[in-house]
Amino acid sequence: MRGRLRALAGTLASVPITLFGLVLVTFFIGRVMPVDPVLAIVGDRATQDVVEQTRLELGLDRSLPVQFLIYLGKLAHGDLGRSVMTSHTVVADISRFFPATMELATAAILIAVLIGVPLGVLAAVKQGTRIDHTIRVICLAGHSIPIFVLALLTLLVFYATLGIAPGPGRQDVVFEDMVPAVTNLLTVDALIAGDWGAFRDALAHLAQPAGVLAYFSMAYIARMTRAFMLDALSGEFIITARAKGLPAARVIWRHAFGNIAVRLVTVLALTYAGLLEGAVVTETVFSWPGLGQYLTVSLLNADMNAVLGATLVVGVTYLGFNLLADVLYRLLDPRVR
Amino acid sequence: MSPVLVDIANLSIAFPTQQGLSLAVREVSLTLGVEKLGIVGESGSGKSLTARSILRLLPSNALVTADRMEFAGIDVLRAREAELRAIRGRRAGLILQDPKYALNPVMTAGEQISEAWRAHRKGTRRQARAAALDLLAQVQIRDPERVARSYPHELSGGMGQRVMIAMMLAPDPELLIADEPTSALDATVQAEILRLLEALVSRRGMGLILISHDLPLVAHFCDRVVVMYAGRIVEELGAADLSHARHPYTRGLIDCLPTLTHPKSRLPVMVRDPAWLA
Repeated sequence: MRGRLRALAGTLASVPITLFGLVLVTFFIGRVMPVDPVLAIVGDRATQDVVEQTRLELGLDRSLPVQFLIYLGKLAHGDLGRSVMTSHTVVADISRFFPATMELATAAILIAVLIGVPLGVLAAVKQGTRIDHTIRVICLAGHSIPIFVLALLTLLVFYATLGIAPGPGRQDVVFEDMVPAVTNLLTVDALIAGDWGAFRDALAHLAQPAGVLAYFSMAYIARMTRAFMLDALSGEFIITARAKGLPAARVIWRHAFGNIAVRLVTVLALTYAGLLEGAVVTETVFSWPGLGQYLTVSLLNADMNAVLGATLVVGVTYLGFNLLADVLYRLLDPRVR
Repeated sequence: MSPVLVDIANLSIAFPTQQGLSLAVREVSLTLGVEKLGIVGESGSGKSLTARSILRLLPSNALVTADRMEFAGIDVLRAREAELRAIRGRRAGLILQDPKYALNPVMTAGEQISEAWRAHRKGTRRQARAAALDLLAQVQIRDPERVARSYPHELSGGMGQRVMIAMMLAPDPELLIADEPTSALDATVQAEILRLLEALVSRRGMGLILISHDLPLVAHFCDRVVVMYAGRIVEELGAADLSHARHPYTRGLIDCLPTLTHPKSRLPVMVRDPAWLA
């Protein structure tokens, strides 16, 4: 128990160091980029006085290390600066954009896990049979079809042709600002308000982009599950389990799957973290106002505060999930305790 | 005459390869009552496959044919999965070579024994746990509570093999197949485990198939010894009659053993006759 706690403490101690490195690198990449943040704000018709004054306001007259220390100081107080593009604080922006991504990523990973894991297990158990080959083809398509093609096809089929799904966006204009924002996850907010119409609308809008992302992730998850399961099923302890006269389902799920849970958790956590970074292409095709879109648009507009803030959020998310996988690893595998 | 547990006639096991079928077991016939039978042979001689085929626990690509393949009157080759499950564990247990790989690494020893008990006996979790502790005591583990809580990687090889034996004895089977149960253990532990196996089998009146490549050891613990070579049974004799072995392979094996009473400056090397394969 003490050893476990110490190992956990070691992992936790590495978090601030990693974060500091992330801030450092992102900050300096932002500063050495050949864009003029002043120009981005005042435009190219401003007078020299205005340019000079803005420069001073942004603190760009100081040396880079000093600028970095000032940024760090503000960061410590939860201040990520103001976005030039939206003229809101970056914190406010992210608290609007990140939930959209979170809603999308969560829906996608849920679908992907619920379908991908059983498919992977089935493929491994039926290795070499027609079922295995069918699943392989399904997954291969998920891997190899570019996601924007898949996204556009879904819109074409379900929205444009069949008319059974809503178009791009997070919700219908009818429902905009009708439900009080609590979490900024539209489905959850609608549920809190008890507004079923708004809930159904949000869910319907979520279905397509989440489905596309889920297909992509499902293919990966199923393939990894299959590989892990094949490894586990070839273990001697599977022969032992069968020799005990256990039913096939118990041999597969309790003995084989029980042994891959650890590795699978790592894969799932990192896949989820990857989705939370914001899927730029999917968000663009479906006009989904998520973090991926925010980051891309900010970058194209040289909105450095926004880029830095969004990058930090992505970094923290990644670190968080790495940590979570680490903790679960210790819980699930008696050998690393 | 004790009841016949295993009755095998003309068993052949083949595996498809790039070059066609590869025969691993050729026309093996074997009967076993409540007795201790040793199967001896080198790696690849088909001894493990023969024993595992009794429980139909062969690799899925194995092609098995036999004129007769019965366990206690049940046709193993034609049995459905549910019928096989009633044999596996319940009536015949299988002990594998290395507990490091043969025990599930993420389940405690106690869980694994209780699971075997519960698979074949109706009872509560509490009863299964009590049975597991009792079984651990029967395999002479001094601290059953602690071992039951341990994971396989926390146990020594000898301890692990005791857990394995306890697990296979849980449903009280009539036959125990021990597939090289001591090859992965230290020499001193080997003797302990074999003595334990022998005592348990005798006390419970079970049949035992002991697979090994150690001829004197098998002769010491078994009533009857079968020698396999290249998928065939080349010799079958009473354990006491080892010195009367007729097949040149068996004779060769015995000659290769170093002895303290008649030391030789150089051990003979077995010369293999291709005719043995015929």
